[in-house]
Amino acid sequence: MDYDFSDDIQKIWPMLIAVGAFAAVIVGLLLVLDVLPRWGRHRWHVLGFLGPAMILLLIGLIIPAIRTIYLSFFDAGSQNFVGLENYGWIFQHTETLHMLRNTLLWVVFVPTLSTAIGLLYAVLVDKARFEGIAKSLIFMPMAISLVGSSIIWKFIYAYRSEEQDQIGLFNQIRVWLGLQPKQLLLDPPINTLYLIVIMIWIQAGFAMVILSAAIKAIPSEIVEAAKLDGVTAWQMFWRVTLPSIRPSVVVVIMTITIATLKVFDVVRTGTGGQFDTNVLAFEMYNQAFRYFDDGKGSALAVFLFLLVVPIVIYQVRTLRQRTESR
Amino acid sequence: MAVLSRRRRAFTLAGVAALAFAVTGCGSSDNSGSSDTSKPECAPYAQYKVDKKKTVSIYATIRDAEADKLESSWKQFSDCTNIKIDYEGTGEFEAQIKVRVDGGNAPDIAVFPQPGLLATFVKSGKLKEAPAPVKANVEKNWSKDWAAYTTIDGKLYGAPLGANVKSYVWYSPQLFKEKNYQIPQSWDEMIALSNKMVADGIKPWCVGIESGEATGWPATDWVEDIMLRDQGPEVYDQWVNHQIPFNDPKVVSAVDRAGSILKNPKYVNAGFGDVKSIATTSFQEAGLPVKDKKCGMHRQANFFSNQWPKGTKVAEDGDVFAFYFPSIDPAKGKPVLVGGEFPAAFSDRDEVVKVQTYLSSPEWANSRAKLGDWFSANKGLDLSALANPIDKLSAQILQDPKTVIRFDGSDQMPGAVGSGSFWKGMTDWINGKSTTDTLNFIESSWPK
Repeated sequence: MDYDFSDDIQKIWPMLIAVGAFAAVIVGLLLVLDVLPRWGRHRWHVLGFLGPAMILLLIGLIIPAIRTIYLSFFDAGSQNFVGLENYGWIFQHTETLHMLRNTLLWVVFVPTLSTAIGLLYAVLVDKARFEGIAKSLIFMPMAISLVGSSIIWKFIYAYRSEEQDQIGLFNQIRVWLGLQPKQLLLDPPINTLYLIVIMIWIQAGFAMVILSAAIKAIPSEIVEAAKLDGVTAWQMFWRVTLPSIRPSVVVVIMTITIATLKVFDVVRTGTGGQFDTNVLAFEMYNQAFRYFDDGKGSALAVFLFLLVVPIVIYQVRTLRQRTESR
Repeated sequence: MAVLSRRRRAFTLAGVAALAFAVTGCGSSDNSGSSDTSKPECAPYAQYKVDKKKTVSIYATIRDAEADKLESSWKQFSDCTNIKIDYEGTGEFEAQIKVRVDGGNAPDIAVFPQPGLLATFVKSGKLKEAPAPVKANVEKNWSKDWAAYTTIDGKLYGAPLGANVKSYVWYSPQLFKEKNYQIPQSWDEMIALSNKMVADGIKPWCVGIESGEATGWPATDWVEDIMLRDQGPEVYDQWVNHQIPFNDPKVVSAVDRAGSILKNPKYVNAGFGDVKSIATTSFQEAGLPVKDKKCGMHRQANFFSNQWPKGTKVAEDGDVFAFYFPSIDPAKGKPVLVGGEFPAAFSDRDEVVKVQTYLSSPEWANSRAKLGDWFSANKGLDLSALANPIDKLSAQILQDPKTVIRFDGSDQMPGAVGSGSFWKGMTDWINGKSTTDTLNFIESSWPK
């Protein structure tokens, strides 16, 4: 078209100047810290190095979080104080209760199944002949965006009536088996499970890569000792492999759980939240940005935050215990 | 850690960018002198001319072929006035406009398809009142009804852009001729025709309401059109303004009447499957079986004429045409459901005002109409410029003072209902939810 790069240059210069100014401030700060007098030097160093990060965290994370919590106690236009009404709303309607049920289904199935599949695959292909190729095959979905994979799966689930040629793989298989084609994404709650499959397809690759690396890191002495003792493959897995990679398994489950709690793209692309497939993060977006109800949107965001917090605390704790035990 | 690595990335980016500049030796090359604004064809645009090259951004829902025509409609204006129009069409307008405005990245002009949404931005104080020349154009060229859609608390915020007539049923004139069907003049005749088609082995109706995030809107159009016929314009207004509850027995009656077609497995869904397939059939492809004579009738606005494959003749003696969605009691007059778009400005810079003024002028309306498949309720629109017979018919209906015109109801309701629970509720209704449950759900979502 008539895109002209020179038009953009005037916009790029201010950005470059801002980046340059930022760099200058940091370099200046470091120089100043270096020539500071000996007394109290340590304290200044801590402040100088942590300060910028703290300020950015304050602006980008803490202030918005406080504001969100504040807004969650107000009505749609953020004008009148309504107390806990927005939170009550989450638990008082069939539609929102279905949304919570769906979120629960997601959180139960995605982390467990992706980790199980990833672990099984990692163990099976470990030291196999075409390990590299086999691993890249299952890792590849990770490289596709969530929206992209949802569209791929929408085609797999696509439905055409009996008289027409099927364009979806799933329904074509049903037709070959002599069954009727079926609308997969219409009937709750099973349709949520069909969406969950998409997420598992993506996350299993992530689980596999991390767990495979952990398996490779098991000291070979342990494995050899176990072999000398004559373990079966079954015992090897449950008594040696799994206990050795336990911390990695926990990290993988936690990471996928947090990603799943925030699931948005798959639902939005797959069904648009229709047919009772709504989830927490998607309803939050709907309330805040489509229905212009900042109160309910914020309340949902705070609720989501409360659900993630215990997981984060648990993760930080195990991490700390591990570093202490070393 | 994350902060540090991001910072490092920023340095790398800056480095790469600096290198790119050094290599290409880019300064700002001034090429604005190319357009010659003193050409004779530029004479009509003299009043809009600005001295320096300026850019005005427009953000709207109009995409693809229609967007191309829109952009060529103001090309000459652009060339002659030094005002470059940066147009962006999106399928996510309803959600993204708030993100952009709240983020301080508002477009200069946003073209709202929903007066209700426009009002939300007026109330938050973000939109600028329409400038004097736009007001003058609106007073001169539009009826009071149309001006009222963008008038909030006595202040006008924009002129209508395009218009569409939604009360149409598309059909195949060839099929009607072959089978000797008559165009129905009343609701009962239309049902009788549907039964006749069933007896002849043709599924009479094809419907599709899938439209991404906006899934459900064609079903709300059905309900609005029938509400207008089943209950009359006065009740329709009460319903839109929430003076009667959404689950009022009058609304139940209208929705059930819609259900007598939409949820009748003998009538739907020609070419796509059972009743539930309505929910997953996209509105763009829903009417296409009409052309192949696989589907008897398809209720959709005049803008569906853009969806027919290339080479389809849209005319009374062509491949496809549309008849007026009949009223239940013809003695009570002809109610017509309409829709439209309304440009409103977030900025009052001189060049923005000039673009706004031009878009509200009959000159622009005629420039756009010449390109086809479009019309407006602008009284200055030259009917002979309309090539498409359906556009001509629609413009005539709109300019006729006797028709009872009502604007798309869901577009006037608050966003939480009009582009939220009403769409969602109707989708669930198609998927098997009862009328009462659906309307109770929508009523409960109406903002207090």
